[in-house]
Amino acid sequence: MEPFKFCTRLTLTEVTGRKAYNTAELLEGIKAADDAVIYHHTHRFIKQSHHLVPEGANDFAYWVANTLQADRLGEELTSIDIVQYHSLTDIKNAFVKMLERHIAENLGPMRTVAPGREFHFMRAIRFSLPTECSASDYAGFIECLRKVSVSSLYLHVFEARLRPPYGVDDFSHWFRINFNDEIVGREISRLDPYSYTLEGLRQRIIRILEKRHAEVSRA
Amino acid sequence: MPKIDEYAAAAGVNAIEELKAIASRLKNKTILNVNSTAVGGGVAEILSRMLPMMTELGIKPRWELIKGGEDFYAVTKKFHNALHGTPQKLTPSDFQLYRDTIKTNMESINLDADIALIHDPQPAGLIDKKPAGAKWVWRCHIDLSNRQQDVWDFLHGYVSRYDAAVISAPSFSQELPIKQFQVPPSIDPLADKNRELTHTEISEIMQRLEIPLDKPLITQVSRFDRLKDPMGVIEAFKKIQPYVTARLLLVGGSADDDPEGAQVLAEVRAAAEGNPDIIVLCLPPTSNVEINAIQRASAVILQKSLKEGFGLTVSEALWKGKPVIAGAAGGIPLQITHKYSGILTRTIEGTAYWMKRLLHEPDYARKLGENGREHVRENFLLIRHLRDYLLLALYLESGRKDFIHL
Repeated sequence: MEPFKFCTRLTLTEVTGRKAYNTAELLEGIKAADDAVIYHHTHRFIKQSHHLVPEGANDFAYWVANTLQADRLGEELTSIDIVQYHSLTDIKNAFVKMLERHIAENLGPMRTVAPGREFHFMRAIRFSLPTECSASDYAGFIECLRKVSVSSLYLHVFEARLRPPYGVDDFSHWFRINFNDEIVGREISRLDPYSYTLEGLRQRIIRILEKRHAEVSRA
Repeated sequence: MPKIDEYAAAAGVNAIEELKAIASRLKNKTILNVNSTAVGGGVAEILSRMLPMMTELGIKPRWELIKGGEDFYAVTKKFHNALHGTPQKLTPSDFQLYRDTIKTNMESINLDADIALIHDPQPAGLIDKKPAGAKWVWRCHIDLSNRQQDVWDFLHGYVSRYDAAVISAPSFSQELPIKQFQVPPSIDPLADKNRELTHTEISEIMQRLEIPLDKPLITQVSRFDRLKDPMGVIEAFKKIQPYVTARLLLVGGSADDDPEGAQVLAEVRAAAEGNPDIIVLCLPPTSNVEINAIQRASAVILQKSLKEGFGLTVSEALWKGKPVIAGAAGGIPLQITHKYSGILTRTIEGTAYWMKRLLHEPDYARKLGENGREHVRENFLLIRHLRDYLLLALYLESGRKDFIHL
């Protein structure tokens, strides 16, 4: 059996220099964005605010709601569930579609923010880094989960869904392959990153695994 | 100087482990820093604490200073002010003096290194002598969003030949043909200004400074400068005085060498005259532990800036778990998410409203402080700052890919 090796995700932020002052410019910027831009603005947010109760789900929604103060559009952009998509291109297309629809339905004068309050498009340079933690069974896995950083948790639970096998987190995949355990995967896939902080998620996953560990041991 | 492991309590064990893992990929690499001063100023303060950490991590840091006469520093001071948005008159001979001084420095400074961080405009021209194969980064600590065109055009010729530029906030970015990265500045949680203090230490310092603690303190620590709006702070406090029991404390330097500062201080004292609940305090520039104690003894911290560079004093206050009300200027909105990790205001009325509200709702104020401290832990501590520099070095060394597996 291949032990599960926990990695962590670190990012370096590149400033592209591209800015948006209204929804049309935001749309054009998203259309022109590559994966590194989409990743930065959709995946950074939850990790950055992991100690807070999550509010906005992504930078686009946060800027539209809080700076542009377009409440309805902000709410719609917040509702885009980034973890249900299997590629950054799909995530990008979801934003493009929603912004295009909003602009088509609202042909009047467009709200433009003052200089200094514009949206800045950024890119994330991603680094994967192995940690010291590796596990070969349920107990060892739980122990690692208590130790690893929230960045590691985020990488394996949410970002993993964007690479093969698409739509599946690393934890579920490992338990399915090595222990033929489908239940862990089913429980983890139901976790909603918008309803928990990452610390909350850590505790939730630990509880799922402790319960499964007890069941498997009894069986 | 503290050892890296001593930062684990503040930054987290994982952050320290990550830093060591990254640094192991840069073992024996030489990282050169060049700036204009070894003491005084934020850059020197950060470098003096960061470089020993690099050594401990197995990296070979070097630190060189650009040298010049008073006339050179007069020119670079003009550069600095012009880039900050204060109009300056630069003559062709000023630019020539800069070129000549840089040329002299090229002959005396050892620029041999794998990676070089060249800080601010003073040494930027050294790029003319960049060794083949080295990676050079221009580290700009200045807010360039209101820069004077002629000075920027002059510097642009140098900066555009670097491998990358580093700025503190996205709003400071400029059109450049090179990649720009955001690396915010940081605070050192183990420095006198920020380290944990015992209740006894705090009480002794407050007694020594004769600051009574019988009423909650609302404090602004900043020099007496119109852009920090101390008069606005007093006006806001006077608005809430009928409804709250509190004291306002304005702490700043003595402003002896700053004619405008002395005038602002006189105006502040006049505005506070006859109001027993407003205290104006001048402290010497070395009063780091005193400022630390004052912040820790306060109920609410203000930073009502109208214009700001990065405004790292906000992170210093948040790190002490204090609710902060700050002007939404410069880098402050990067440090405070409104109503989650602090309060952002744009008016005297808004500042007054939130002062009153935070005094009346201590549970909410405490939650803001807690969130603010966690935000600083994640984003504005020295360990993260060093980590970002090392990641940038790895990015430049490993072929500038968007995805790097270490």
